[in-house]
Amino acid sequence: MTLDLSLLPDGGVSWLDASGDHAAIVLSTRIRLARNLEGFAFPGRARDGERLRVLSRVREAIDAAPSLQHTLLVRVDDLPAEERLLLHERHLVSRELAGLDPQHPVRSGAAVFLGDGTGVMVNEEDHLRLQTLRSGFALSEAYATLERIDDELGVTIPFAYHQEFGFLTSCPTNTGTGMRASVMIHLPGLVLTKEIPKTLAGLQQMGLTYRGLYGEGSEVVGNFFQISNQTTLGRSEEEIIDQLMYVLRSVISREEDARRVLLRDAGYIIEDKLWRAYGTLRYARSLTFEEAMNYLSGVRLAVGLKLITGLSVYTLNKLLIFSQSAHLAQAEGRALTESEASLVRARYVRQLLADEAGTNG
Amino acid sequence: MLCDSCKERDSVVTLTRSSADGVVTEEHLCEKCAGERGIETHLTQPKQPLTDFIQSLHKQLPASQHDNARCSFCSGTLRDFRNSGRLGCPYCYSTFEASLRDLLRRVHGNSKHLGKRYQAPQPALAEGATVLAELRGRLRRAVEQELFEEAARLRDQIKVLE
Repeated sequence: MTLDLSLLPDGGVSWLDASGDHAAIVLSTRIRLARNLEGFAFPGRARDGERLRVLSRVREAIDAAPSLQHTLLVRVDDLPAEERLLLHERHLVSRELAGLDPQHPVRSGAAVFLGDGTGVMVNEEDHLRLQTLRSGFALSEAYATLERIDDELGVTIPFAYHQEFGFLTSCPTNTGTGMRASVMIHLPGLVLTKEIPKTLAGLQQMGLTYRGLYGEGSEVVGNFFQISNQTTLGRSEEEIIDQLMYVLRSVISREEDARRVLLRDAGYIIEDKLWRAYGTLRYARSLTFEEAMNYLSGVRLAVGLKLITGLSVYTLNKLLIFSQSAHLAQAEGRALTESEASLVRARYVRQLLADEAGTNG
Repeated sequence: MLCDSCKERDSVVTLTRSSADGVVTEEHLCEKCAGERGIETHLTQPKQPLTDFIQSLHKQLPASQHDNARCSFCSGTLRDFRNSGRLGCPYCYSTFEASLRDLLRRVHGNSKHLGKRYQAPQPALAEGATVLAELRGRLRRAVEQELFEEAARLRDQIKVLE
């Protein structure tokens, strides 16, 4: 099977279009619900046949769900490793579903149904991981979409549910609502003013947690933090979302304050640093992914501060996704070594920035 | 201000101590000397904060005779859970209800679901076949695990349905 993501509207990355609220600071909003089918062992314990039966039950339910018409079924278990990595780089499947870690090889029955901004992962850690991904800061809208999908599937397939504990999940950290609501936020101002440890410690006191760009276990690169609720039990979905919104509004305003402070107290130093980042991206001949991410973070800040104009946030978002290794390899039509990827990456970044900015700057 | 201990580096923390007779002393320490006294001066950023947290909780779960109790559906044990951090099936929540309630309270601060209520659809007649297939699967598993009492119970259930 070959993966053809062009069958998806916008290749599954319509959330990159920077159309949402606070899009210069908040890259995206993602919510996922973990659900399991009654009468089946969880995917980690289930046998191959059981997982395949789960997949076929889910498929019937999706066929009957009005919100999930026109979804594309991708059998992740049929894909070669590089295409599984591509799906993961595009934030369409988790690392575990893609079977990217040697200790969690891809499972039979691993699949994802992809729609416009929505997805249903099957046979991940839980039977079902329903998710929505939106541009910018859009928690309520993302939850409204997801709740509808949850209702439509839940009338056809019996979800494992306990009167006291709520929705039952493979890991007890997800039990209850099964909900993880997260916002991908760019906080270079707080990092540069060294306010970030305080902010992160504050989040933890509020029962929130943070991760890197790729979710659980990933490191923070390019000053992108994924902030989400840590607990899933004992509060309603609305309460969890309200609290996350409240805290994030304050984080956004602290980031804006930090940016003002930077410009006021270190104007020319910051300006110089950010233009150098831009210059490197415009002219470098070799870029590792980490380098590209760090310079892109600087350029993103410069666009936010209106130091650089004529460069859209959408372009910067696209660079985040399409300058990753599996995407470069796909564009080149062949596997790339690390140093080849650095050359191809630098060329891709140069081209995109030149096209977009023209003679700007 | 220089560190009171090494007198070389700048102090970053102030350690305030009050003795039993109410005398308060202050000590200004640099990062290194504070560290030697077990005081963390910067926020540690664990790579996997949640996983680390959960694993530390699992280790706190006391080992007990319940460790050998098996879930009748997936034959998982609490020991399996402690090793992998994952339960085997939805029925584990009933089998290990008391231990899990305790764990859920520690993880979430609460064990009572206050979110969306859910009523599973009633299985239609056509699904009788699925139930039978499930029971047969459980019977096979029980026999493999040499859980003969459970196997006998399942065999009787299957007979009734057939």
